[in-house]
Amino acid sequence: MLHEHTLTALRDMLRRREISSTELTQHCLDRIAKHSDLNAFVTLDESGAMAAAAVADKQLASGEADLLTGVPIAHKDIFCTRGVLTTCGSKMLENFVSPYDATVVERFHQAGSVTIGKTNMDEFAMGSSNETSFFGSVKNPWDPDRVPGGSSGGSAAAVAACLVAGATGTDTGGSIRQPAAFCGLTGLKPSYGRVSRYGMIAFASSLDQGGPITRNAEDAALMLQCMAGFDPRDSTSINAPAPDMATLLGAQVRGLKLGLPKEFFDTSVDAEVLEKVRESLAVLERLGATLVDVSLPNSPAGIPCYYVIAPAEASSNLSRFDGVRFGHRSEHAEELVDLYENSRAEGFGEEVKRRILIGTYALSAGYYDAYYLKAQKIRRVIAQDFETAFEQCDVIVGPTSPTTAFPLGAKTQNPVAMYLNDIFTNTVNLAGLPGLSVPCGFDTAGLPVGLQLIGKFMDEASLLSTAHQLQQETDWHQRMPAEY
Amino acid sequence: MEFECVIGLEVHAQLMTQSKIFSGSSTAYGASANTQACAVDVGLPGVLPVMNRQAALMAATFGLAVGATVNPVSIFARKNYFYPDLPKGYQISQYEIPVVSGGSLEITTDAGSKTIRITRAHLEEDAGKSLHEDFDGMTGIDLNRAGTPLLEIVSEPDLRSPAEAVAYLKKLHTLVRTLKICDGNMQEGSFRCDANVSIRPRGETTLGTRTELKNINSFRFVERALYHEIDRQISVVETGGAIVQETRLYDPDADLTRPMRGKEEAHDYRYFPDPDLPPLVIDEADLALVRSQLPELPDARQARFVAQHELSEDDAAQLTGQSEIADYFESAVEHAQGESRLTANWINGELMSWLNKNDIGISDSPVTPAMLGQLICRIQDKTVSGKIAKQVFAALWEGENDGDVDALIQSRGLTQITDTDAIAQAVNDVIAGFPDQAEQVRAGEEKVIGFLVGQVMKATSGKANPQAVNELLKKQLLD
Repeated sequence: MLHEHTLTALRDMLRRREISSTELTQHCLDRIAKHSDLNAFVTLDESGAMAAAAVADKQLASGEADLLTGVPIAHKDIFCTRGVLTTCGSKMLENFVSPYDATVVERFHQAGSVTIGKTNMDEFAMGSSNETSFFGSVKNPWDPDRVPGGSSGGSAAAVAACLVAGATGTDTGGSIRQPAAFCGLTGLKPSYGRVSRYGMIAFASSLDQGGPITRNAEDAALMLQCMAGFDPRDSTSINAPAPDMATLLGAQVRGLKLGLPKEFFDTSVDAEVLEKVRESLAVLERLGATLVDVSLPNSPAGIPCYYVIAPAEASSNLSRFDGVRFGHRSEHAEELVDLYENSRAEGFGEEVKRRILIGTYALSAGYYDAYYLKAQKIRRVIAQDFETAFEQCDVIVGPTSPTTAFPLGAKTQNPVAMYLNDIFTNTVNLAGLPGLSVPCGFDTAGLPVGLQLIGKFMDEASLLSTAHQLQQETDWHQRMPAEY
Repeated sequence: MEFECVIGLEVHAQLMTQSKIFSGSSTAYGASANTQACAVDVGLPGVLPVMNRQAALMAATFGLAVGATVNPVSIFARKNYFYPDLPKGYQISQYEIPVVSGGSLEITTDAGSKTIRITRAHLEEDAGKSLHEDFDGMTGIDLNRAGTPLLEIVSEPDLRSPAEAVAYLKKLHTLVRTLKICDGNMQEGSFRCDANVSIRPRGETTLGTRTELKNINSFRFVERALYHEIDRQISVVETGGAIVQETRLYDPDADLTRPMRGKEEAHDYRYFPDPDLPPLVIDEADLALVRSQLPELPDARQARFVAQHELSEDDAAQLTGQSEIADYFESAVEHAQGESRLTANWINGELMSWLNKNDIGISDSPVTPAMLGQLICRIQDKTVSGKIAKQVFAALWEGENDGDVDALIQSRGLTQITDTDAIAQAVNDVIAGFPDQAEQVRAGEEKVIGFLVGQVMKATSGKANPQAVNELLKKQLLD
């Protein structure tokens, strides 16, 4: 079936003109409509997509194909798209139409891809289950009673259900890798600064990073090649050219030293998850990698550190949603202060409010040193842990998440239990390193398990190559949920 | 009890960059509302700031000019508060590590010279404007000004009188204009001042509770507002009251200060380093570049005018109070074949009074340095007297003879009469016409000779050389 092909395969079929973009785009739109119960999309842009597909077909006919000409993709609804709703999963932006494109969106346009729509997400990317979205929960295609993970849950569900072959996501503490793990996909959070944040609605500016969610490492490399590269509009963008697919996939596993942090393999991790992770590491060992024991002694401080820094930045980043210039404006406002309070009280959901409160508190006079400054110090120590570990290995490996996908509603009443989902992912954001989740098996309930690979700064190539070679030996990434 | 006042000033100087501090929008003043506000200035979701390097170099220029430390690394921080004309809900400013630390300015008042220390100068973005008129119960927001680069220059509380505060402010004003980093236009808000004021019994070394004065955007208002605030504080203390730390606004119409609403006061700005902006780096190469482009500073120019042009300190100070005036002077002196003192007198006297009368700046003077220089030459070579020269100046101001000084003197017949026969004739006529006065002179009342000179001048419409007339009268009456 057409939709079962990978992004790279579809790209090549389009180039060979075995299929047309119009045909493929229509097929995707039909499937999205058919599986609307997943709630993976907030907005579909049928007319825009079909028009872009027609343009792509002309280009393909004249042999002027670009990197992704005619390939349908979806964007997480955190990326601003000109003329199409950008809601960020919030009532606050329910009717917001951006007058400009995010750099990432612009680069996919330039590469010729067809943007099919905007995927559902946790509100302002704050969540690990996609249950904080104003537009409702997203279902996991592997089990519709379970969460797809979050915050990029809509993108993950859409790719897992083969509604689209690739989608963008963003990852502030695990929001690409954890949903990729829960949905049996390959998800890459690039090094901080690798992908421009311009036009990506900020949650925590020093941690946010855009990246791809795809069915395999090859597709992730293709999408990264498109997304990455210096952007003068983002002052935190790294001045390095976008690496090409061949470079990203060409590194050798033979001789690679994989570091296993003992903190990632403790008893708090689900036994079946650990078992699958170890099995996949055995495959990599057979391919010539060596396993070494390392330690990240300060990783237990990761969650508290993250939950000071991320909310602190968020409390400031979300101040612009004040009902004055755009976004939700309360109709119940007599005074200026009412306009602020009511617009924000009505426009933001519970989790967003919780984090704004935490962040505001952490930055307040008298508490700043004890919380924000302390967290910054811990952040440096955590980054130092990784540097020390990388003296002994090339790539750090472990589970992406302590469990497989959990039932909808299981953790919504317990924020701390929800936050602990990110225990293995958010230290990677704190250190600014690249991290990738790759499917490594299924538990007895038939749910996918993710193996996390963490690389040195700017070394996405080792992660993608390792995942790619693992995928030559295994077929976990080729399995598809039965219903879809 | 005798009190002394303690004043510190915070000056916001708008930097003359082409574009805004963190976006590419134009900074030109006066465009229609919100036409110079791009996505970044409006604070749309997803936008990011990018530092305008020109603003950083202007800040460095200021730092070098006041002998400050230009910090090699400074940090942008977010100052968080809600206000409708603050688009992002925070202002990007500098907090813990500003771009410029330390430095000082030398001021001169009637009380003498004094060094005023500068605490720091930091870069920040301006907010937009709230427009409360014309919207019938609503408020309009104009974001054209949002993101305009400001250099906030904070002085130490070293000022001890309103006169010192004004002297400091004028000095700073001249400096930023000379450096070409700020146009100094106070009406358009390019150069704004807030003052921190407290009083204490003379001899006391600890600081009293201060109030902050806002809305004092002219030199005159600064002086008035400070006088009033100091008087108010003294009377509060003398009647047994205590000064409340608060922000007060100066009302120029009522000529008094009043407290701003207390609600606006209790701010916790929750400063933290802006994660969107890397540290601002100004390295040795930047500083070398800035140093090489540093113009002659007002103090140095003043000293040079005294030494090179043999001017008095006062004249030199007046001329260097504005770089445009000093430029005008140097150009005019060249045209006046080096006659510097007379040129200085003419600029500080006649030209200034015409400029003030017409309320225009020296750059707009219809009498150019070339014209004035030429006129000085004609005074020097006795073609016209000083008095006649003022007539010539007035005609030049009106644009007569296209500013050709010689043609103007010619066509108006203003050439001084140096022909002794013609003067002798006039002198004889006056002696004949005023026999009583002539007799008095002969009798030794030499003072009366001035009257007779005046009559000769009148008879010759002022064109006779007064010195020649004087000599001739003396010769006729006393020899």
